[in-house]
Amino acid sequence: MNGPEPTERAVDVLVVGAGPAGLAAAARLAAAGAGRVEVLERDAAPGGLPRLCPGTGFGADARGRPLDGPGHARRAVGAAVRAGAALRTGVSATGWAAPLLLEVTAPTGPETVRARAVVLATGARERSRAARLLPGTRAEGVFTTGGLLRTLEVFGPRPERIGRRAVVLGDDPAARHAVRLLRGAGVAVAAVVCPGPRAAVGAVGAPVLAETAVTELTGRGRLASVVVRGPDGRSRTLACDTLVLTGDWVAEHDVARAAGLPLAPGGRGPVADGALRTTAPGVFAAGGLLGGGGPAVRAAAEGRAAAGAVLAFLAGRASGAAQGPPVVAAGALARVRPDLLGPEPGPLLVRAGRVLVRPVLTVAQDGRVLRRDRLPAALLPWRPLRLGPEWTRGADPDGGPVEVGADDGCGDGGRAETATDPAGGPVEAGAKG
Amino acid sequence: MTTTATALPATGTGTGTPPSAPARPGPPPTGPSRTAIPPSTPGPADAPSSTPVPAGVSSSGAGPVDASSSGTAPSRVRRVGAPSPGPARRTVGAEAGGSPRGGRGGRPVPGAVSRRGPLPAGAEAAYDVVVVGAGVVGCAVARALARHPLRVALVDAADDVGEGTSKANTAILHTGFDASPGTLEAGLVRTGHRLLTAYAAETGIPVEPVGALLVAWDEEQRAALPGLAAKAARNGHRATRLLGPDELRHREPRLGPGALGALSVPGESVICPWSTPLAYASQAVLNGTDLHLGCRVTSVGTPGPGAPHRLTTTRGTLTARHLVNACGLYADRFDALLGVADSTVTPRRGQLLVHGRAARDLVRHILLPVPGPLGKGVLVAPTVYGNVLVGPTAEDLDDRTATGTTADGLAGLRERGARIVPGLADEEVTAVYAGLRAATGREDYRCAAHPALRYVTVGGIRSTGLSASLALAEHVLGLLAECGLRAGPERPLAPVRMPDPRAARPDRDPARRAVVCHCEHVTRGALLAALASPVPPAGPGGLRRRTRAGAGDCQGTHCGAAVRALLEEHGKDGRR
Repeated sequence: MNGPEPTERAVDVLVVGAGPAGLAAAARLAAAGAGRVEVLERDAAPGGLPRLCPGTGFGADARGRPLDGPGHARRAVGAAVRAGAALRTGVSATGWAAPLLLEVTAPTGPETVRARAVVLATGARERSRAARLLPGTRAEGVFTTGGLLRTLEVFGPRPERIGRRAVVLGDDPAARHAVRLLRGAGVAVAAVVCPGPRAAVGAVGAPVLAETAVTELTGRGRLASVVVRGPDGRSRTLACDTLVLTGDWVAEHDVARAAGLPLAPGGRGPVADGALRTTAPGVFAAGGLLGGGGPAVRAAAEGRAAAGAVLAFLAGRASGAAQGPPVVAAGALARVRPDLLGPEPGPLLVRAGRVLVRPVLTVAQDGRVLRRDRLPAALLPWRPLRLGPEWTRGADPDGGPVEVGADDGCGDGGRAETATDPAGGPVEAGAKG
Repeated sequence: MTTTATALPATGTGTGTPPSAPARPGPPPTGPSRTAIPPSTPGPADAPSSTPVPAGVSSSGAGPVDASSSGTAPSRVRRVGAPSPGPARRTVGAEAGGSPRGGRGGRPVPGAVSRRGPLPAGAEAAYDVVVVGAGVVGCAVARALARHPLRVALVDAADDVGEGTSKANTAILHTGFDASPGTLEAGLVRTGHRLLTAYAAETGIPVEPVGALLVAWDEEQRAALPGLAAKAARNGHRATRLLGPDELRHREPRLGPGALGALSVPGESVICPWSTPLAYASQAVLNGTDLHLGCRVTSVGTPGPGAPHRLTTTRGTLTARHLVNACGLYADRFDALLGVADSTVTPRRGQLLVHGRAARDLVRHILLPVPGPLGKGVLVAPTVYGNVLVGPTAEDLDDRTATGTTADGLAGLRERGARIVPGLADEEVTAVYAGLRAATGREDYRCAAHPALRYVTVGGIRSTGLSASLALAEHVLGLLAECGLRAGPERPLAPVRMPDPRAARPDRDPARRAVVCHCEHVTRGALLAALASPVPPAGPGGLRRRTRAGAGDCQGTHCGAAVRALLEEHGKDGRR
């Protein structure tokens, strides 16, 4: 690329991404006196995806009043700026000139920014139509929830843009969110198509087609229909002019990948340990980048935790690179975080691959069971469960992989018949087995 | 260039043209003010180029005209004294000088680009040549004609150039090493490769000469490699080389297990398939060609011997003394409008999938399969934009609009790609698409001059059309001459320079430097420039092909709405 020479700058901590995790990390870092803390946001406005999300579910303000997405974003921005963090919008990190030296594109020109520590909080997005290998024509009117939110932001609820009759694809609460969003914009919802069980979506006031795959999109110009195939093998054609793809999150990992960081399977975020350190010294990660689709408050909590790890690193109290034995999911579990245990026992976040009714969870290392226990409730694929540090107590930091398994007696190929609880209720509500 | 131009007689008289009609240009068509006259004061730039035919493509024009036009203020390049434009008529912004029509001292008057509304009427609608079909071949033909003092129109039913087969292919600039020796295709691909390589360098079309490896995965395929090398030699390609398994692994380290050897084919290149027809069309327009889009030809009438063809289109009527059929998938149907029934097009669908830039390091060369009884097979190739492409499938269909992908097709490509380069299994898929190739059941192009009809069909370009396009254009000029076209003196073309989506833009205005598409780093300035270009996009797809906006990993999730808003605000007639 020919262009002006990049200007060189130095900061103490560079946070990439001004969403819930990045802003929370920056607020804590700046408040704790980490020096110059700078947050880069490629969007024109800070706040991340919550900025575009109507409805509550974004925590509460100081007086306990529930916040909507924009409210959450405003609060998070305010907290970071008040703490003294510098917030730069319209600025993207594009690569690394060297370790801890980021290449940055700003409207004022290219820069390289050196930092003592970097927090990657670049978030996640829902997989696109192509990434899901949905066959058919390339008709217009196929959005992810994120794309729909941005379309609503730019155009408002204009039917020629967002359609009149939509099908929603997805089988977790994100699908419910999309249904609400569409109805709020005056779009009828023809059906919700779930690749998995319907339980995750719950009652949405529209037909929910469970165990159903999208086999073709039709339409020239605008989408005309979605052809689906149900568990009985029969095909159905759902007439619609909009299809919203929900869930199926993939990390916005360009900056992480450019650093050569190894990626975790599935969500494709950088491998990180329990202290949110990546394998590159001084580079930390938090929020949707490590697992998309979670609530903003959890991403923010993770941002604050990452800030704690950064502070320990800057003070020389801890190493800046991920360590510890790998943590791997076994049996009916789809995912366990962190990817590396870290220097000492820490909590685990487990996600089931299917509905598990009162499963027995086992944490083991090198053939030695660290803990085995039956959960009092069901483990639902769309609701990750946190296991406290007691589950990994006794793990050998220099030992082999820590395996986390789950078994509910149905076998891995089985399917829980009791997958009927409405999403949104407490985890325990699902335990009927 | 020795080619087998088949000047077939017209096989029908459905349009009322006697097959024996003399193929001589008749008197000027309707209207006294036909403007297809040579420049009255040919300047030095109008001197014929010193090199014979194909050289005019890449070298005859650029130097002198570029230099002379650099002093031409763009604002001075306007259609002056032309009849008042119709509602949809618009004079494109121009960057260069030199005109076939009334321009003085070699300064061109750009042609009109229109997408909607009635076509120009009267003398404005009378053309010496109408090229029907603005794919890569039609655009190249129009560009070649623009070197001559002719009134030329390029028309297409779609609302952009390159909207058919040309936009959905494997994006490879072939050398022609594997063509059947002695065919028209073999000669034209070989020449076209050379011409387009030079033209790309001149105009800024992204090309990377990465070279190809034909990888043998079993003994039978390995045994076929020496024969392929010999065939390449017969096609004039003597630089191929056989590689053993070790050298192959060294040159392509991420190749899957089981590769026994390969034939290395230097010169095979990857190219931007969208900039190429766009560059041709832009250059044709800048040099006086009218481009009428959204203009489907519904019937062709030829009133009598020597009288021009009357083309009825969805936007009005045009007349043409000579006609070129570059309709691709619809070439047989257009033939039928003139009573010609030479061939039938069978659409052959090719599905492809594209991996993101993260996969680029996995592949160094174009990895071609050894052709077998089931066709050319699936290739894995890098793209000039840093993606990796896997495909195509080859499915013979009846439906000429079936550009959809299928679950089986995509799953098969995913599996094949991972077998060739296992690392691809871990890579996300960025885009999937399908294109239709115009197969005719014959393993060669079907180019035919119909002198009695003053009509040339350039069809059966079922593959390699992009690679051969510039040579095909020269070939078509020869066929038009057989049909009696007196093209007049050749003059250099005002050059074009295509913006490279990969390069940083020199915008000074911070607002124009704002990044709109983050995946591909497309700035607002790049989008605005494309919207103001000589052949502007009609919709988000066209804008994506010109700038890459929305072509990245998120597929427009992030920028789609913002791009659409820009299109609505700044597009010329952007709403589809």
